[in-house]
Amino acid sequence: MMDWLDIGTLDDIPLRGARCVKTPNGRIGIFRTHDDRVFAIEDHCPHKGGPLSQGIVHGAAVTCPLHNWVFSLETGEALGADEGAVKTIPVRVEDGRIAIALSAMLQAAE
Amino acid sequence: MTEKLVIIGNGMAPGRMLEHLLEAAPERYLITIFNAEPRVNYDRIMLSPVLSGEKEYEEIVIHGDGWYIKHGIVLYKGHKIVGIDREARTVTSDKGVTEPYDRLVIATGSVPFVIPVPGKDLPGVLSYRDLDDVGAMLLAAQSRDRAVVIGGGLLGLEAAAGLKERGMDVTVLHVMPTLMERQLDPAAGYLLQRQLETRGITVRTKANTRQIVGDGKVHGVELDTGEIIPATLVVMAVGIRPNVGLAREAGLETNRGIVTDDCMRTSDPAIFALGECVEVDGRVYGLVAPLYEMAKVVAATLAGAEDKRFVHSDTPTKLKVTGIDLYSIGDFADGEDREEIILRDASAGIYKRVILQDNRIIGTVLFGETADGAWFNDLKKKEVDISEMRDTLIFGQAFQGGASADPLAAVAALADDAEICGCNGVCKGKIVSAIADKGLASLDDVRAHTKASASCGSCTGLVEKIMALTLGDSYNPAAVQPMCGCTDLGHDEVRRLIKAKGLKTIPAVMQELEWNTSCGCAKCRPALNYYLVADWPNEYSDDYQSRFINERVHANIQKDGTYSVVPRMWGGVTSANELRAIADVVDKFAIPAVKVTGGQRIDMLGICKEDLPAVWADLGKAGFVSGHAYAKGLRTVKTCVGTDWCRFGTQDSTGLGIRIEKFMWGSWTPAKVKMAVSGCPRNCAEATCKDVGVICVDSGYEIHFAGAAGLDIKGTEVLGMVRTEDEALEAIVALVQMYREQGRYLERIYKWAKRVGLDEVRRQVMADPDRRQGYFERFVFSQKFAQVDPWSERVFGKDRHEFRPMAETDFKQAAE
Repeated sequence: MMDWLDIGTLDDIPLRGARCVKTPNGRIGIFRTHDDRVFAIEDHCPHKGGPLSQGIVHGAAVTCPLHNWVFSLETGEALGADEGAVKTIPVRVEDGRIAIALSAMLQAAE
Repeated sequence: MTEKLVIIGNGMAPGRMLEHLLEAAPERYLITIFNAEPRVNYDRIMLSPVLSGEKEYEEIVIHGDGWYIKHGIVLYKGHKIVGIDREARTVTSDKGVTEPYDRLVIATGSVPFVIPVPGKDLPGVLSYRDLDDVGAMLLAAQSRDRAVVIGGGLLGLEAAAGLKERGMDVTVLHVMPTLMERQLDPAAGYLLQRQLETRGITVRTKANTRQIVGDGKVHGVELDTGEIIPATLVVMAVGIRPNVGLAREAGLETNRGIVTDDCMRTSDPAIFALGECVEVDGRVYGLVAPLYEMAKVVAATLAGAEDKRFVHSDTPTKLKVTGIDLYSIGDFADGEDREEIILRDASAGIYKRVILQDNRIIGTVLFGETADGAWFNDLKKKEVDISEMRDTLIFGQAFQGGASADPLAAVAALADDAEICGCNGVCKGKIVSAIADKGLASLDDVRAHTKASASCGSCTGLVEKIMALTLGDSYNPAAVQPMCGCTDLGHDEVRRLIKAKGLKTIPAVMQELEWNTSCGCAKCRPALNYYLVADWPNEYSDDYQSRFINERVHANIQKDGTYSVVPRMWGGVTSANELRAIADVVDKFAIPAVKVTGGQRIDMLGICKEDLPAVWADLGKAGFVSGHAYAKGLRTVKTCVGTDWCRFGTQDSTGLGIRIEKFMWGSWTPAKVKMAVSGCPRNCAEATCKDVGVICVDSGYEIHFAGAAGLDIKGTEVLGMVRTEDEALEAIVALVQMYREQGRYLERIYKWAKRVGLDEVRRQVMADPDRRQGYFERFVFSQKFAQVDPWSERVFGKDRHEFRPMAETDFKQAAE
């Protein structure tokens, strides 16, 4: 049984854009793709700690604003030649409201 | 018994012949040389560098006096042979020396052809043949007056370039429609003419000389049109003729030259001829390579060999003018059974043409880039069937994967631990092993996996050479670099198609131009967004999700995820009120760092994203607007204090800088644009390393462009000179608009200008008032939509979501 935390509505996030959720341990990036899928990953690039939620969203991927590493929003894995990964957090979208998995979120933000 | 060998002439061919002979049969002959020039053997090919000042006479001597002594050779300097007695086997010099011979070599060379026009003998009319001619020209050049060179062939052009280099005002007269028509096709001849003209040499083709006018000394050259071109020096360089007088008087068979067999023997078996005076198999020669071939044959025959024969081969032509690269060899006329491959790069001034017959090269003309000349010549000589490499032939040897090409050889010779990419500290071995281990085939792949050439890009050429070495034949860089992995189209094609097809949204571009990804990538999206903003200012709605974070939130992201804020300070001028407002903001938001920038304004660093709108609100109250320090757009206009304060100032440079900045702020450009206005040529605002700069002078404004002071350092080029501030503004705006319409995303002005050609920019912006006006008007139109202060928009709530987290949670909430 998963605990879900409501964080807002789909419209809160621009299409092909991202927002972030602040937690005491760090930030979670919430992404909305061109086809209205929503993903959550830790908002911290494993390379130099760049805020991934500030990057350009393309397909189901985001490019870090600091040094252009690209991460899959689906798997959290770095794409292309870079090696590294961010944690992913389960997301639920119901009736336009977005919720993320609480325990996973706390883990990811640790 | 030692035989007596006498040589008439001491040019390069007999010099080389003696080297061979002394090696093959050192003791066989007692050697005597008569040289009409009062000096030793020197490299006549290097006369042009001596004329231009790049070399001294001492540097071009081949055999010094010591060499003759060492080999026991008697050299009569300044002795001209006036008669050959074939019966008695003796020669006699004009100074009365008679010398017997067993074998005689005639190497009298050639004499310059002097066109038989009135005035040809006037003082001040020279030919260009030996060191004495060069000495006379150098003396004449001291006047820094005007010179006319008659003849647009190899020698004439080298003379012209040398005289220009020495400070003379030079005009070249050439009777044919294009220069060097015997060695170059018309296209290359045209490029050569343009290249010479950019050096300030005037070239007149189809110019027939009627007479040389003067009065005790030369005053000018009169053309058959009646026009007189003034000159204090006239150089005739219309060609050379084999010097056969002596041989003819001696009763040897002569035609155009002294006729020899293919052992270089004249009609008298005891007498050989060698060099430019020879006619062998109906041909005479003027370039050094075949003359050296003759030297080998004569030496071998004199040494007793029977089998050495002279065989004709084409010799490449090269012009010895520093900075002009041309190469031609073989036959380059059009013909029905011939095919040709041509590569033109107009902006780089490159022209390459290879002429084929039955898949074999028969001729080559290269202009602007001649490194592959030797390779083409080799293929031609060996009659290699080139059908296999036909597609890439014109790109040269480097593209065929051979490891023997010179530039590749240099890279091949690098050690594995040699650093290739300084930015990312990547060495050669790492690149080679990444290519091999991961099967990388494109530059982008190599960049992605190794980071080499992924930063400043200045090592790209090296990386490509390593790829060529490692991949061999399979490496074939596309002629057009695609914008990114989402498309095969290059930036220029995309820009053209956006206009041609009227594409006005990013999805429309991706759909119509068949992008292979759903919504692009972080490389193409910002580029497309810029192109659409620039091309459809009133119709396109800016896609902020396709902008890099800095432009999306109008501040500069820092390494820790905070932002820096730089308000505009027009022309670098500020006031107590402004400084007070900045101080208050710094205190209020506990901004950790404040720094003065290179562009004469103030940077506040370390601001949390959430605080940005409030910071801007306070700054806005003091009258500040965004400085666009984050933008691919107009950054600063740096100024000095000009006539307001400076005792040297010639114009109101501060005022002009502010005027430009107020006119142009807010405009988006392909890459950042930095400007400066200096009030006098002392240039305190450092305008000559900016994208656009102005140097004020008494008589007006000198407009500069295409400078750089970042990854590359480059002084500006002069765009032009105008008299008034209004004209200066119009020209600068037109220049920037031209760049906005043509530049590739992230391509700075200096790179764009180099690509399209500085002259082309000058032509469109300065020389063509209609075009300039068009650019100006389009910029003004675009500014109607661009000049909105993004900070105040955001203070009033635009894009509020950007500056707030979507949600906040704490442990308490989480634990509930």
